[in-house]
Amino acid sequence: MSKSAVSNYSGSKVLVLLVGLLLLTAGISLLVGRYPSVKILSPAEIAGDELAYRLVMNLRLPRILTAILLGMSLSAAGLVFQMIFGNPLVEPGFLGVSQGASFGAAFAIIFLSNKTVTIQASATLFAIAGLGFSYILAHRLRYGGWVLRLVLAGIAVSALFSSGVGLLKYMADPLSQLPEITFWLLGGLSSLTWGQFLSIFPVVSLSLIVLLLLRWRLNLLSLSDAAAYSMGISPKLERGILLGAGVLATAAVISVSGMVGWVGLIVPHLARRIFGADARMTLPASLLIGGIFTLLCDDMARILLPGEIPLGVVTSLLGAVSFIILLSLPNFRIQR
Amino acid sequence: MTTPILSLENITFRYNGNRKDALTNLSLEIIEGSVTAILGSNGAGKSTLLHLILGWLKPVEGKIELQGRALHSYSRREAGQIIALVPQIEHMPFDYTVLEYVLLGRTPFLNALETPGEKDMEVAFSALKTAGLEELTYRFVTSLSGGERQLVLLARALTQQPKMILLDEPTAHLDLANKARLMKIIRRLNAGGSTIIFTTHEPEAAIAVASDIILIRAGHILTNGPSDQVLTSENLTTAYGSPVRVVHIDGHRVALWT
Repeated sequence: MSKSAVSNYSGSKVLVLLVGLLLLTAGISLLVGRYPSVKILSPAEIAGDELAYRLVMNLRLPRILTAILLGMSLSAAGLVFQMIFGNPLVEPGFLGVSQGASFGAAFAIIFLSNKTVTIQASATLFAIAGLGFSYILAHRLRYGGWVLRLVLAGIAVSALFSSGVGLLKYMADPLSQLPEITFWLLGGLSSLTWGQFLSIFPVVSLSLIVLLLLRWRLNLLSLSDAAAYSMGISPKLERGILLGAGVLATAAVISVSGMVGWVGLIVPHLARRIFGADARMTLPASLLIGGIFTLLCDDMARILLPGEIPLGVVTSLLGAVSFIILLSLPNFRIQR
Repeated sequence: MTTPILSLENITFRYNGNRKDALTNLSLEIIEGSVTAILGSNGAGKSTLLHLILGWLKPVEGKIELQGRALHSYSRREAGQIIALVPQIEHMPFDYTVLEYVLLGRTPFLNALETPGEKDMEVAFSALKTAGLEELTYRFVTSLSGGERQLVLLARALTQQPKMILLDEPTAHLDLANKARLMKIIRRLNAGGSTIIFTTHEPEAAIAVASDIILIRAGHILTNGPSDQVLTSENLTTAYGSPVRVVHIDGHRVALWT
């Protein structure tokens, strides 16, 4: 691509535009919803109607904030994983994280107290255990380089947890436990509370700040280890920090949302299409686009039908459609 | 000038899980401002030696000193400001522009949370000019030919403003014109004071630019010293295990093999 083919919009201006768009989407999402049918509540109506006020402040607001955190975390972690593994088809649930969380949730639903907090804790614990197992296994494998071993170990651990989930579903009570497991596996924020939002906010925000601060190093980690080393970084240490932050953010958000697919795969692609490969722009762009995309999907999940549509179904549908459109469009890219 | 910028003393290296040494009891000195070719057949240990000099591989025995100080005592940033690597091949999975890619070489001059600024951009533009890549500045690295990619890797190394540049088989994937272009750039960099070390299995590449040669076979140094003394028919025949003749044509040395 010659310089003249690059659009003249500056990257930072587009980022500011995305921040504005996120705030606007959040504002509108707060006012739109079923009360009891689909309608837009004006701020005056909300202030004057106590039930509406409680609905907006206690149900919609924590849900909107969590949807934004969810989208930001999955997208940022997706970009981190794709760059570190040098593979644009990788997503944040890689390395046994997603399947570990699913297993943890299903295990809690059947064997533990089946309370939200127990399911959340068990999902987080098993997500991190998934990463731990993958890491230990990668050390023990005698095949290929470190990154390939991690990928293979991640696939093996995911398969183990996946078969475990299958077994748990088979054992589950078909009337009480199975629907709950299924709903968790499809993902959703329908019963989200302030307590859940606050329980994940510190770890998620801290992880995202770490990723943002270290975004230049991410470029280096997309190269071979020897090349990154020759340019003055310690690839193993820095990769560990970035992967750790990405996995922590992912494990925390999916512990409250359940499995929400495609966001971590599609959003980094979209961000790269617009901003290029350089993580200085692509990482903040992924955060913002991820937040907007997931929030819009969650709005659709709660508004389109009288009953709640699982969020994972909407993100998969919109994600797949956007992916097809994205791949068919000619290359477009803005200047830094 | 005969100051050694780098010295290796009794270096032995073995890969994890291997019983056999990849390099055995190897000692050498690299003079500041020299162009040294590490020459030998495939699998002789050339790239291993280069990665030991980079510090990426650690010897199981012996010591390596850079500018009179143990190599491992340098912080990563310090070392990155002195030694740069031009890998033989680099997987480029994402659409960086040539400028973005070359700018990565500024990392040793940035702290962990910093991103490149105006001065770093100037250095990157200057490196692109030296490598003759100005016209490709905003092209995607994924759209470049093999020869252009090799020059981009060189420009990235130049952006580190290193004293010493290590090149791993720099001519392996290049056609004749690109080989000549690369050799010209190496001569120019050396004239500017850079110390150059490169591995090659092609005697022609060593003849073209190297002032010194390390001839290596099966993990041992066969002989090393000034190019005209090392590059003899006898030495090359021993190094490659196959007949090689060094002849003079129009005042140039040429290695012939059958």
